[in-house]
Amino acid sequence: MYRILKKKVLNPTVTLMEVEAPLIAAKAQPGQFIILRADKDGERIPLTISGCDKERGSVRIIFQLVGATTKQLGMLNEGDMIPDFVGPLGNPTPIDGLKKVCVVGGGVGCAIALPVAEKLHENGCEVHTIAGFRNKDLVILEDEFKACSDKYILMTDDGSAGEKGVVTMPLEKLIGSGENYDMVIAIGPLIMMKFVVKTTKPHGVPTTVSMNPIMIDGTGMCGGCRLTVGGKTRFACVDGPDFDGFEVDFDEAMKRGAMYRDFERHAYEKSCHLLNKEVE
Amino acid sequence: MPNMTPKKAAMPTQPPEERRHNFREVALGYSAETAMEEATRCLNCRHKPCVSGCPVHIEIPRFIEQVKDGDFGKAYEIISRTSSLPAVCGRVCPQENQCEARCVRGKNGEPVGIGRLERFVADWHNAQEEVKPEKPVSNGHKVAVIGSGPSGLTCAGDLAKMGYEVTVFEALHLAGGVLVYGIPEFRLPKSIVQKEVETIQALGVKIETNMVIGRVLSIDELMDEQGFEAVFIGSGAGLPRFMNIKGENLCGVYSANEFLTRTNLMKAYREESATPIMHAKRVAVVGGGNVAMDAARSALRLGASEVTVVYRRSEEELPARAEEVSHAKQEGVVFRMLSNPVEILGDENEFVTGMKIQQMELGEPDASGRRRPVPVEGSEYVIDVDAVIMAIGTSPNPLLKFTTKGLETKSWGGIVADESGQTSREGVFAGGDAVTGAATVILAMGEGKTAAAAIDEYIKNKSK
Repeated sequence: MYRILKKKVLNPTVTLMEVEAPLIAAKAQPGQFIILRADKDGERIPLTISGCDKERGSVRIIFQLVGATTKQLGMLNEGDMIPDFVGPLGNPTPIDGLKKVCVVGGGVGCAIALPVAEKLHENGCEVHTIAGFRNKDLVILEDEFKACSDKYILMTDDGSAGEKGVVTMPLEKLIGSGENYDMVIAIGPLIMMKFVVKTTKPHGVPTTVSMNPIMIDGTGMCGGCRLTVGGKTRFACVDGPDFDGFEVDFDEAMKRGAMYRDFERHAYEKSCHLLNKEVE
Repeated sequence: MPNMTPKKAAMPTQPPEERRHNFREVALGYSAETAMEEATRCLNCRHKPCVSGCPVHIEIPRFIEQVKDGDFGKAYEIISRTSSLPAVCGRVCPQENQCEARCVRGKNGEPVGIGRLERFVADWHNAQEEVKPEKPVSNGHKVAVIGSGPSGLTCAGDLAKMGYEVTVFEALHLAGGVLVYGIPEFRLPKSIVQKEVETIQALGVKIETNMVIGRVLSIDELMDEQGFEAVFIGSGAGLPRFMNIKGENLCGVYSANEFLTRTNLMKAYREESATPIMHAKRVAVVGGGNVAMDAARSALRLGASEVTVVYRRSEEELPARAEEVSHAKQEGVVFRMLSNPVEILGDENEFVTGMKIQQMELGEPDASGRRRPVPVEGSEYVIDVDAVIMAIGTSPNPLLKFTTKGLETKSWGGIVADESGQTSREGVFAGGDAVTGAATVILAMGEGKTAAAAIDEYIKNKSK
């Protein structure tokens, strides 16, 4: 059992938790993830580690309430226990030797992008961050990013905070204006990462993307998370989750990600119904 | 005079038309009367060929004699001296190739139902009042076991009986390895696995779940920092193989590991399960081993109206147990022999709609001694399916190889170990599928047992 040390609601759909897991905290590096079960009969879901406090022995996760399990997780409070919490899984984001990087985060993907940006900054790399959200109520981690970025650009779809538009607009402008990035690291919804790659590829700027397919065990024993990368089948949980964006088949990944959509909608509606009942 | 009936006492089973709709156990087990009657068929041979056929050398005639006399407690004691998981092995061992293959009675009629008797004794024991085995006195030495499948549990149980302080590290949230995620409930009820795990815990074995060794702790850290004097690797062969044919990443194509893990470990067959699974109507299972049979029969129970096993050789070469093949046929699974998938077809949403199959014929024997299947030119045809399960084998996970310096492995990923289980690293032993590649539960147990003896000897010599 893993105790929740801290819980903070970041915005109406995004919650931060600090979970006591000293062994994972001692080992985890930016880009790695954990798998948890929110309930003893629950499903296993992957969440990227968005930071660690080695002294407190805690692991930070930031998650969006998108379905039955994340909603159930969101109902837990400080002092409550998470029955299963396993990691660190996957490979760390490869950042060795990078001197100038543009980190592009979309929505809750920013929570995963933050430790990468922090690590780059710590290594003396010049970090530019572009963070995109739907509107100003959903903006998270602004101060944290500013603290580790040489340049921080905030975008919202409706212009209610920062600049109006999508993340690829400033990215295109920065690259066009002669910023010579060693690497662009994109973390967010598949559709966003696909368009980041569309932006960087013509300029030949190497681009790393953090993939988020459906997973069960997260240890390489089932292949549920497989993707086509460079024409070959790879398992995101052990070969990734980071891959060369130019090589990833995003369309296939999006179709596979939607495989259980009906089931998920049903489970979510059912959980909402139950939760509402509890509130009554 | 022994009972000279040529046939084994029959095992009652759930009728096929009923069982194909549920996940309850198919074979229902002997009653005390039937078990005692079957026990009278044993000739109590002096040379005991059956014992040499058992990878953990259970004293078969001795326990059967106790069954005959109705002393089931004594029978259990004899079995448990050498076997840590009798309720499991009595159910899933391929006895026809092991103990029962060497039974003298099998030369002229059916062999004694050794597996069924072992199962009866273990179930009888488990149904009695909780009698916890006595926890042995600690000898102060610590051993780590990686993986809680059959080889790891056996190794841990044996070491605990010798007085070692054993910690088992398991990556998943439940102990049991393939016994919990792979073999379905209708062949091996999970409550039985749980019971056997508890018996091993009662011996003082600690089981730490959610621990992926190689990620959270390395073997070096276990030995250098955590004070474990020896390590046993029983991490199995869990990495699924795919065919690398077109369409294999369509929605509805599963590895058997994924399909069975969702079904068994995550209980996706239950209405209220949080883990989803496709309830496909027409399912093709590629492969001919026990895993393929388990996947096919699970798919039926999840509501498929048509399940087809697609196998590239002929029925004679099917690697699955004869009993499983016959159970699958009784339940309505269709077999397409000498058939090899060449492509999986999908719709505009990338969901599976069909599979293109090429007809094969048998040519010259290959390296395995089996006749090699050769494609028949122009024989391709399409079957309509909405899910495909790939059950063409697994290989060892490379994680420990990558994270343990000096641990030698073979080209296909198996860990190099001698007959005692000793690897290329001092103090590190290995056994089960991690060494041999996908094999059987009882072979894995046998290797866990051998390694436990070798670890005992290693630690005793070292501390002299």
